[in-house]
Amino acid sequence: MHGRPRKAPKPEDEAASTAKAQKLRALQTQFFSFHHDQIYTKEAVELSAKLLEINPESYTAWNYRKLAVEHYLSQPECDPDSVKSVLDDELRVVESALRQNFKSYGAWHHRKWVLSKGHSSINHELRLLDKFQKADSRNFHAWNYRRFVAELMNRSEQDELKYTEDMIYTNFSNYSAWHNRSVLLSALLEKKAEGFLLKENVLPEEYEFIHQAIFTDPDDQSGWFYNLWLLDQTVTTDSPLLVSTWPTCGSDVLIMGDGCQSGSFSPFTTLLSDSGSFPIILYFNQPVEGVNSSTVTIECGFNKNGYLHWEPLSVSNSQAAQVWVAHLKFPTSELDSSVEVSVGHSKGIISTRGVHYCHPSTFSFNVHVQPVERDSFQVSVAESILWREENFKVYRAQSEESIPIAYFDQLCIKNGHESTASNWRTEALAKEIECFRELLSLMDCKIGKLTLARLLMAYNAMSFPFATKLVHSEVLELYNDLMKLDPTHHRYYKDEHSLVLLQKMTCSKESLLQHCFQYKDSGSSVIGNPICLRLNNLSLSRIGAFEKLLWVQMLDLSHNELQSIEGLEAMQLLSCLGLGNNKLRSVTALEPLRKLKSLRVLDISYNQIGDHSIDTTRYLCSSPLSHSVGTGVNKDETVISDAALVNYWEAFYMFKDLNLNQLDIVGNTIADEKFKSALVKIMPTLKRLDGKVLD
Amino acid sequence: MDDIPPYPPIDPTTFDLIVIGTGLPGSIIAAAASTASKSVLHIDPNPFYGSHFSSLPLADLPSFLSSHSTSPSPPRSVSSEEHHDFSLLGLAARPIYSSIDISSFSPDLIDQFSRKFILDVAGPRVFFCADKSIELILNTGANQYMEFKSIDATFVGDSKGNLLNVPDSRAAIFKDKSLGLMEKNLLMRFFKLVQGHLADEQDVKISDEDLQSPFVDFLNKMGLPPKIKSFILYAIAMADYDQEDTGVCGDLLKTKDGIDQLALYNASIGRFQNASGALLYPIYGQGELSQAFCRRAAVKGCVYVLRMPVSALLVDKDTGCYKGVRLASGQDIFSQKLILDPTFKVTLPSGSSPSPPLQAKLPFFSPKDDRGKVVRGICITKTSLKPDMSNFLVVYPPRSLFPEQVTSIRLLQIASNLAVCPPGMFVLYISALCNDDDQGKKLIHAVTKTLLTVPPPINSESSAAVQIKTAESGCAVQDETAESGSTGPSDPGEGKPTLLWSALYSQELTLGQVDFICSTPMPDGKLNYDDLIDAAVKLFKEIYPEDEFFPQTSSENREDDGDGDAFPET
Repeated sequence: MHGRPRKAPKPEDEAASTAKAQKLRALQTQFFSFHHDQIYTKEAVELSAKLLEINPESYTAWNYRKLAVEHYLSQPECDPDSVKSVLDDELRVVESALRQNFKSYGAWHHRKWVLSKGHSSINHELRLLDKFQKADSRNFHAWNYRRFVAELMNRSEQDELKYTEDMIYTNFSNYSAWHNRSVLLSALLEKKAEGFLLKENVLPEEYEFIHQAIFTDPDDQSGWFYNLWLLDQTVTTDSPLLVSTWPTCGSDVLIMGDGCQSGSFSPFTTLLSDSGSFPIILYFNQPVEGVNSSTVTIECGFNKNGYLHWEPLSVSNSQAAQVWVAHLKFPTSELDSSVEVSVGHSKGIISTRGVHYCHPSTFSFNVHVQPVERDSFQVSVAESILWREENFKVYRAQSEESIPIAYFDQLCIKNGHESTASNWRTEALAKEIECFRELLSLMDCKIGKLTLARLLMAYNAMSFPFATKLVHSEVLELYNDLMKLDPTHHRYYKDEHSLVLLQKMTCSKESLLQHCFQYKDSGSSVIGNPICLRLNNLSLSRIGAFEKLLWVQMLDLSHNELQSIEGLEAMQLLSCLGLGNNKLRSVTALEPLRKLKSLRVLDISYNQIGDHSIDTTRYLCSSPLSHSVGTGVNKDETVISDAALVNYWEAFYMFKDLNLNQLDIVGNTIADEKFKSALVKIMPTLKRLDGKVLD
Repeated sequence: MDDIPPYPPIDPTTFDLIVIGTGLPGSIIAAAASTASKSVLHIDPNPFYGSHFSSLPLADLPSFLSSHSTSPSPPRSVSSEEHHDFSLLGLAARPIYSSIDISSFSPDLIDQFSRKFILDVAGPRVFFCADKSIELILNTGANQYMEFKSIDATFVGDSKGNLLNVPDSRAAIFKDKSLGLMEKNLLMRFFKLVQGHLADEQDVKISDEDLQSPFVDFLNKMGLPPKIKSFILYAIAMADYDQEDTGVCGDLLKTKDGIDQLALYNASIGRFQNASGALLYPIYGQGELSQAFCRRAAVKGCVYVLRMPVSALLVDKDTGCYKGVRLASGQDIFSQKLILDPTFKVTLPSGSSPSPPLQAKLPFFSPKDDRGKVVRGICITKTSLKPDMSNFLVVYPPRSLFPEQVTSIRLLQIASNLAVCPPGMFVLYISALCNDDDQGKKLIHAVTKTLLTVPPPINSESSAAVQIKTAESGCAVQDETAESGSTGPSDPGEGKPTLLWSALYSQELTLGQVDFICSTPMPDGKLNYDDLIDAAVKLFKEIYPEDEFFPQTSSENREDDGDGDAFPET
């Protein structure tokens, strides 16, 4: 059980356990021979019971008993009474096995199996459970089984809730009980049972309840877990929301085929396209499925049939994604047209929790297409981008300039029809914030600080656009404190700190503009003077706030501490990306880049790629199976059989889908001459590698 | 005692130790001495075990109290036959109870059940699961003869009749509805500080300076609000006197002692799996405890004689040293050592002048009552003070009932599941320390007035009610009851339990004494037995400095007999 020190075995105990092992071995040998010969006589079955009584972990023995029961039930002379007595025997064996070890998976499972046969009385089960839960109130096997029995008995969730509450009152350091409470409440809320119709009536009471535990003993983790669940219940809207798009609503977008820019357009909304199409990006607040040309319709002068192929942007192979993209082809002639996109007017967009998108919205924008002049285009792409300080000039925006984030505000307000319904959410969060400020005024409490930081960010996001900017500074301060107080979890706090910092920088037009620079290389005549968002030298360990950065085409993330660029796939317009001087450790960490079809210039110099022979990044994703690396390799067997590539199959897989013109990879362990020559083979489009022009 | 049985002669006539009186300290010493292979004779003039620690049927209580309240009948003539070698010192009972007031408000009901009530003479009293008495009971195997049940809860009472739950554990703090979140946090952190201090955690050690300071100052320093302070001081540390008024405080608790009390309380909670709270009460009443030790002693060879008054002590004529006792049967029994119940008074035989050595010693031998008095009350009701709850403790901290209340008043409700009363009835034990009988009465009446509906007394002359009044105090009590009846709420239907029967008495407090004759202490005003056990150990060490007090034996003694209700599978 819990909190009991382990004692070293005494010599006589050791002797006893040796004797026990011997006896067990003899039993086991005998048992296996019965099992092998499919002997289900009374003696044989009793032997398995004896074995299980000593060692309840013997799965084979449990399975043998299942076979024996099935065998018996299939006999012609078997009548209902004897069925019951056979199954009752099984229950008895399980009970004595559980007495030996009440955490035996096999034993609990066997009991479920017997009960599911439906011939046994279940009245005894709750009493048995009471006994086990008294012995160890946190035993999750017992709790698990309890849910099974409660369902079998049709015991009401309300009754179970009462039981769970009693257990919590006995000792609130009980993860299992709190967990069960969250399971039961979820079920009751989903059913809309009497008294559980509205979350807003149920959750405040739960908050009140959990505060008792948290304030009584802030060092106990079990209560905080439940609090986290409640916070999630409060923050998460059931129905998915569209939070941001590109192009933004009401914007004027200039699509150009060459570098000759007409003066009236803002560099923020000018896009150079060499593919004859431009992306439309939908950014939701949670992963959704079912975005297609029937759930998202489009009206414009140049795409008559209205069909668009929508692609989920996710690193995993899942069909659900938070970001979806479609590429709209534009004609080769000069054109002015408005485009209207309607999202969710017909059903089909659905969250991974199974809730439908229910806030149909429409946004429109104007497109101006300048025809492509092939020749000049060819020249321009051959120019190199140099990430030099002197090439960046502070950008001064004209006041009337349409900066995308201004439109982003409007989009959110349009979604505000949910705002009255979620008043209780902001109220609940405000109350929580007050409550934890009070706790922190009493004592220094790490988890209290973390919770307050989370609460403040959630509250801020929810009260948008009336959010206050001061919040970010307070939250950053909290994470700074936490990094000092709790070095073990430094990296987590650092990541959160980075995300908050990004939120802070992107929360207003003014703060965002401070990071916008105009790229101007004196030595070349590169197309226009693109805007570069420079988020360098901020010691970021993670990036976020993508919903506000969909417009970015040139991004400087150099001189940070990035180990991952998760989520970057949302920035579909990116053509130049600087990731130099970070802490990227593997080629696999670059995976999001594979989704960036317009990426031409990439700087990953001076990272740690290849420092570690084993690439652990792949094991960090939600499921190793969901990772896409390696899934497409077979198709390319002919290429990979090339001896030069065979050692770099990860790099091969990574880079073959990139249409890079320029790559800087110097300063990584992996980047020796052999690797570089392999890269040249993988990427035929590459013009410059580490500053050298390729033939 | 009218029916003194014929006394069979006791054989042998010489013992290592004679213990007179089967009160708890005497019984413990008898058991300890027997265990140390001494030959022991244990005598009690009463027909039952326990003396002033006993539990008596309701019908027997009044006569027991009154027989110890008046001056003793003149000592038997002991000097009729002069002994050559010994002087005879008369032995007489000392009055220790006063202001006895027993009233019955429902005589028929009480008479009907008078044998079914087993009332503790020295109540209220409980065990802490981890206190010295429980240790001793386990060590000596006395648990074979006793069964316990857990006391469900502790409350703090106020003058309005509210009973506030005492948040005495983590779970209780969590559950408590009357504490605010801040208070919960403060209190739990205080508990953790104490636990950390006791566990010798370096960073949470309480400084020596703090340990020597008054506990109440330390609680103030920790920023605990008054309500919580009061819980800790009076309902957990069980302080007797007002800790915040140094002028009247007879016993200012030091932080060190306060922490020790908290440690005891904390160790008590959860010590036994089947005991929910910190406190235990024995089935069949507290008298079981003395009896258990007597049985323990008997197993080890101690000789028991009940209903045997002792008429005189035999002392050496020349040296004045103790030699033996003369029993009421006339038999002389000799022993090396004597332990005397404090309710006996040594008198000089009339007419003869004691030898010079004895004359020198006598003035020193009279048990001192230097600690004031304890007032005790026993009430019987048909309704629990707290619905749905049977056995619990209530503490009234100083000044909680009236401004002049300087001591804590403790009340223990015991129900029929402890086999001390008929089903559906409840016994309330109340006690408080006081300086004199009037003050004591005021304390008890303040509680009964707050919690109970007191019906007008039934006239004692006409009814068959048991109404015994001692000559000196009867009138005064009568007046007070009448007065409280007129000023208090007159309607009995306001939900308070109705008083069916009550006994009120003041008891002298005497400490044990070690002199040429050793005497054991009287029941004290504490809630548990720890001080009394300390005194018994000290006495034992005094008379047998060479012997170990209950040496630790093999684990065989610790075995539970299996059917113990609340005891103790650790």
